[in-house]
Amino acid sequence: MSTMAVEDVAVAVRTGFWTRDRKIGAGALLLGLLAAGLFGSLATGADARFTLSEDAGGAALAVEGTFGAILFGLVAAAAGAALLAGLPKRWFVPLLGVAIVGVVLSFLCWQVSAAPTGQNFMPLVNIVRGTFILALPLIFGALAGVLCERSGVVNVAIEGQLLMGAFAGALVGTIAASAWVGLIAAALGGALISLLLAVFTIRYLVDQVVMGIVLNLFAVGLTGFLYERLMQPEATKYNQPPRFEAWPIPVLSDIPVLGPALFRGNIFLYLALILVVVIHVALFRTRWGLRTRSVGEHPTAADTLGVKVLALRYRNVLLAGMVAGVGGASYTLALYTFSKNMIGGKGFIALAALIFGRWSPTGALLAALFFGFADQLGTYLSAIDSSIPSEFLAMLPYLATLLAVAGLVGKVRAPAADGKPYIKG
Amino acid sequence: MTDVNEPGTASPEKIPAGRRPETEAVGVVGEAGSERPVAGSGDTPADSGGTPPDGGGLTDRHGGGRQLLRAFVHNLWAANTVTVTVLAIVLATLIGAVLIVVSDPDVLATWGYFTAQPSDALNASWTVVSEAYANLFKGAVVDPAAVQAWANGTGGWQPVFAPISETLTYTAPLVFTGLAVSLAFRGGLFNIGAQGQATIGVILAALAGFLLPLPPVVHLIVAVLAGALGGAIWGFVPGFLKARTGAHEVITTIMLNYVAISFLAWIIVQDGVHDPDRTDAISRPVDGSAQLPRLLGSDLRVHLGIVLAVAATWAVGWLLNRSTFGFELRAVGANPDAARTAGISVGRTYALVMVIAGALSGLGGANMVLGSTATALTPLVIAQIGFDGILVALLGRVKPWGVALAALLFGALQAGGNRMQSYASISLELVTVLQALIVIFIAAPALVKAIFGLRAARAARLSTSMAKGW
Repeated sequence: MSTMAVEDVAVAVRTGFWTRDRKIGAGALLLGLLAAGLFGSLATGADARFTLSEDAGGAALAVEGTFGAILFGLVAAAAGAALLAGLPKRWFVPLLGVAIVGVVLSFLCWQVSAAPTGQNFMPLVNIVRGTFILALPLIFGALAGVLCERSGVVNVAIEGQLLMGAFAGALVGTIAASAWVGLIAAALGGALISLLLAVFTIRYLVDQVVMGIVLNLFAVGLTGFLYERLMQPEATKYNQPPRFEAWPIPVLSDIPVLGPALFRGNIFLYLALILVVVIHVALFRTRWGLRTRSVGEHPTAADTLGVKVLALRYRNVLLAGMVAGVGGASYTLALYTFSKNMIGGKGFIALAALIFGRWSPTGALLAALFFGFADQLGTYLSAIDSSIPSEFLAMLPYLATLLAVAGLVGKVRAPAADGKPYIKG
Repeated sequence: MTDVNEPGTASPEKIPAGRRPETEAVGVVGEAGSERPVAGSGDTPADSGGTPPDGGGLTDRHGGGRQLLRAFVHNLWAANTVTVTVLAIVLATLIGAVLIVVSDPDVLATWGYFTAQPSDALNASWTVVSEAYANLFKGAVVDPAAVQAWANGTGGWQPVFAPISETLTYTAPLVFTGLAVSLAFRGGLFNIGAQGQATIGVILAALAGFLLPLPPVVHLIVAVLAGALGGAIWGFVPGFLKARTGAHEVITTIMLNYVAISFLAWIIVQDGVHDPDRTDAISRPVDGSAQLPRLLGSDLRVHLGIVLAVAATWAVGWLLNRSTFGFELRAVGANPDAARTAGISVGRTYALVMVIAGALSGLGGANMVLGSTATALTPLVIAQIGFDGILVALLGRVKPWGVALAALLFGALQAGGNRMQSYASISLELVTVLQALIVIFIAAPALVKAIFGLRAARAARLSTSMAKGW
């Protein structure tokens, strides 16, 4: 979606010395030096300890604050310098990764060492677990986006699908007193919004982005209305959803750090990870996947070859709604009771994760984890009285997305027919 | 929509029966475009009552009158703009009524024995639904009881005009955000960022309102302009990114919305901004000299904002249809490639459109803190005016005066919804549902047409669609 729309001013950076890689390398170099200088001078002499547990105890990676901040800043700068020097293309992604991680670590060394005495530690298990929990709705939402958009229907209604799923899960789960029934209802709730999206955009050719936005508002209004009419007056009757308990996986849950963080989760965590793999394999290795992608890229060609374009789009959009609905239930059937507008914009971040992840399931997973980490970091830093206002930390994922879509992290390209209604002719 | 229909997608004459004409209409909207709907709407009440007697009285015009009547009835049940809009509202209220019934356990219980005693269910449903909608009307337009009291001399004139005053108070900011969204729409951009632009606007307007010591009139002007400036800055970013890198404005504006919300939350609690007498997140109040004066005395909330909103509507209409820039804007919106070939700088147009749209949103934000809805910054100071602006723009079919009317309807729903909430204890969220439903039906005229069996209008130009991909 970048460098496509406006050809007359599109930046053709591929020629000459200043390729995109070199520009990003120069940026990383500057950023690394800045981190070394700024974070290094702000960090204190206290040790920054990264403990492999949920508290201050246990094994830990410790580094002296000032030293660590300068060291990791210089590492990032070195990676940037290597990019600037013009290494082969295949080194680009690893070096960029090193630069980003270096800057983040440098920043953390400053923050952790400058924390009040006694709190100079960062419990990695908590961070990893929190990252995954906060990323869960994003993973489901982004997967819903992948399913829709790969077949050529823009899904801006992720927010509404998540919300409807959360609501239906809570309501039906409470009435039936069964988390499993709630889970099914959640999937159907998400599918309901999807059905509206599909009918209006595929059958009635309403603009897909417009419809998505309106459906989000519709879902907010509908769930908010029913919440105030039913759930608020009689919470015990309508809003006390049963919960899925954590299911530790026998052997895997004993792995240090990753075990407690990943393999003692609930059904939603496992479901999300399984879905990423399943959708990835299905999309790139099965007949359904090939057809989906061809419908999303060139529906006319697919139609000529006998693929039922509209039927496939209907099916995928409904499937997407079910995935997002389950994602919404990861709130109400595991963590909280339903409350008004409880998704609070996660659906839009999921949309960003989808684009950040370049419309692929694994990319979406990584992007969702990045946003989850940024979120978790904000929570952690405000807990240790960071000098950075939490509001600015909260902006981080959005600013990162802004940079990403502006083409600074790499060119992203949507499926060619994404957003265009198909009229059989 | 132009860059999307590559040769293979569909043969040109098959494309978008209801879509191609819309693009053409975009080009000529000032002249022929706006004529038809007005003819349809303006004549509706006048004709139905006036034509028959008129035709009967003057024999020589008898045939003409009947013909006119037939033509009118003929057009009434066609899928024209006005009919579809009215029917969309009817459909939305019907669905709203169903929601009210099914969400009331007591009423729902009476439906359990519907076959045994249908009157119970019908009566109970009618009572709860009519009470809700009656209060909606009384809160938005006029309360008959207040009129009666005024006529008897037991009440003042204020309660009679209070509902209208409330409606106009809620209408003003929606006009601005609706115009912001539709202006960008006409330029081919989907501005979801009205919320963020209004947020930055409200911040700057409030800061100018309580930090600058200025004399009365100047202070108000500076504060309003500060709001416009804030919105313009926030609108410039996505416009610039779109022009420079092609970053899709839907994503960038959504992201900027969240950045703006966080920024608002941060700035409220800073020293010099936060109200020292309060512990919660609220800023100092705006000075009286920077507040928009009320129009009908201090008891009624309607303020100068609605006048500014009408002026802005006129200005945007002029800009779109009479100015060079408006022509370029519409050309770019209709077909960027053709516009570029014609020598129009597409990138510059995108940036400028977003700056103007942002300024309009910023004015909407300024309305929220300089008017009578609030006088200080809080995290929820601008409510949902940006998102509602999207619906208003779609309902107004992205035309300035249409937007103003749509904003009036939404303002009325909001004002009436408040009364409905407090008198009939029906959640205000019902208004959101109604608003979304109305726009859904408007956006799919084919559905409304099918439900009511409307005939096709002479010119099918109902679609608000742009059909643009990422």
